Amino acid sequence: MTVHSFQEHFDAKIDSEVMIEPRDWMPDDYRKTLIRQISQHAHSEIVGMLPEGNWITRAPSLRRKAVLLAKVQDEGGHGLYLYSAAETLGITRDEMYDQLHTGKAKYSSIFNYPTITWADMGAIGWLVDGAAIMNQVPLCRTSYGPYARAMVRVCKEESFHQRQGFEIMMTLANGTDIQKKMAQDALNRWWWPSIMMFGPNDADSPHTAQSMRWRIKRFTNDELRQKFIDVTVEQAKLIGLTVPDPDLKWNQERGHYDFGPINWDEFWNVVKGNGPCNKERLEARKNAWENGAWVRDAAMAYSEKRKARKENKETKAA
Amino acid sequence: MNQFINKNLYGDYGDKEQATGASGTHNTANEWPLWEVFIRSKAGLDHKHAGSLHAADAKMAVENARDVYTRRMEGVSIWVVESKYVHASDPFEAASMYEPANDKVYRHPTFYNLPDELTHM
Ligand SMILES: [Fe+2]
Ligand SMILES: [Fe+2]
Repeated sequence: MTVHSFQEHFDAKIDSEVMIEPRDWMPDDYRKTLIRQISQHAHSEIVGMLPEGNWITRAPSLRRKAVLLAKVQDEGGHGLYLYSAAETLGITRDEMYDQLHTGKAKYSSIFNYPTITWADMGAIGWLVDGAAIMNQVPLCRTSYGPYARAMVRVCKEESFHQRQGFEIMMTLANGTDIQKKMAQDALNRWWWPSIMMFGPNDADSPHTAQSMRWRIKRFTNDELRQKFIDVTVEQAKLIGLTVPDPDLKWNQERGHYDFGPINWDEFWNVVKGNGPCNKERLEARKNAWENGAWVRDAAMAYSEKRKARKENKETKAA
Repeated sequence: MNQFINKNLYGDYGDKEQATGASGTHNTANEWPLWEVFIRSKAGLDHKHAGSLHAADAKMAVENARDVYTRRMEGVSIWVVESKYVHASDPFEAASMYEPANDKVYRHPTFYNLPDELTHM
């Protein structure tokens, strides 16, 4: 076989929806695109534990605390599924951590916003996990096997995340005036960053066409964003909260909501590292990694010592 | 032919040594070893591959597997095996590997043309 026929074979598989598995031949760019996308996704899950972790000790009841703890633990699990999916493409875990810690790899910008009130736990679950689900459900059918399998697992776990968030918002929205204000304030702050989670407009998203061709992506950024807005606006109405967009209007002809312009300057600014919490988040991850080094070393030394002792015993016995 | 085949990256399972041997750029020396996790979801079913994880030893691998892959009672039994001990068939030889089964349709019950009146068979 030549490169040409490998490529043809690969294209034929993609066209007939046959999944690509780790040891199959794949174009270098397909591999690189996947490594970038899956590792960024993994980093987002891990960094995403930080804003919510901030409220675990201050959750207003034992029930809320147990739920939040379970949710944050799930996000850690999602990061681990995804890191190991990326590893099947030939990048090591340490390389990925290094890319995160040096700023070479990005993670979702949404996690660079602060969580300043309890209502933010509601807004994150409802909007941020909600937007993530919109993005992730189609990825269960993405063309790379290990990624798709990881996403099936992730999506099964995500729906409780969104429901618990909406429940928090609903409870606050039905509460005292101050609680209702708190819920509205959280919606005001998280709405636009959530809308931006889908990424730049299709016209400014140069990789989209290739990713769609490879069936890594199944829908464009704008398609998913529109879908998210259409369902979420209705959910906000249900609990009497107002989406902070004066241009939001149902468009009968399109069968979709029209919405106002997105502040892409803000988006790119946060991506470039100038969001409210970029430094804090990265510091937290680096500290966790560096301060945990002795634990990793000790565990490895212990394992090697036990192995050696066992081998010693066996040679003596023989 | 080998030069066209990007085999220097290890697969879902195993062949990690070969992988690092061929490319030499992926240093995993500082990492806890990689393990493959297999889970029996309930008594009576096979253990099924669930994913992989890093752990310093087998005991830690089982404990980590519990936390990573069975947070919702997905399992009643866990197997872990260090990924480097898993040997896999070669996808580039799939055609010849599975060819012997191709022309043996008579192994399937539908191959036999029997009268409709025949029951319980
Ligand atoms: Fe997640
Ligand atoms: Fe989530």
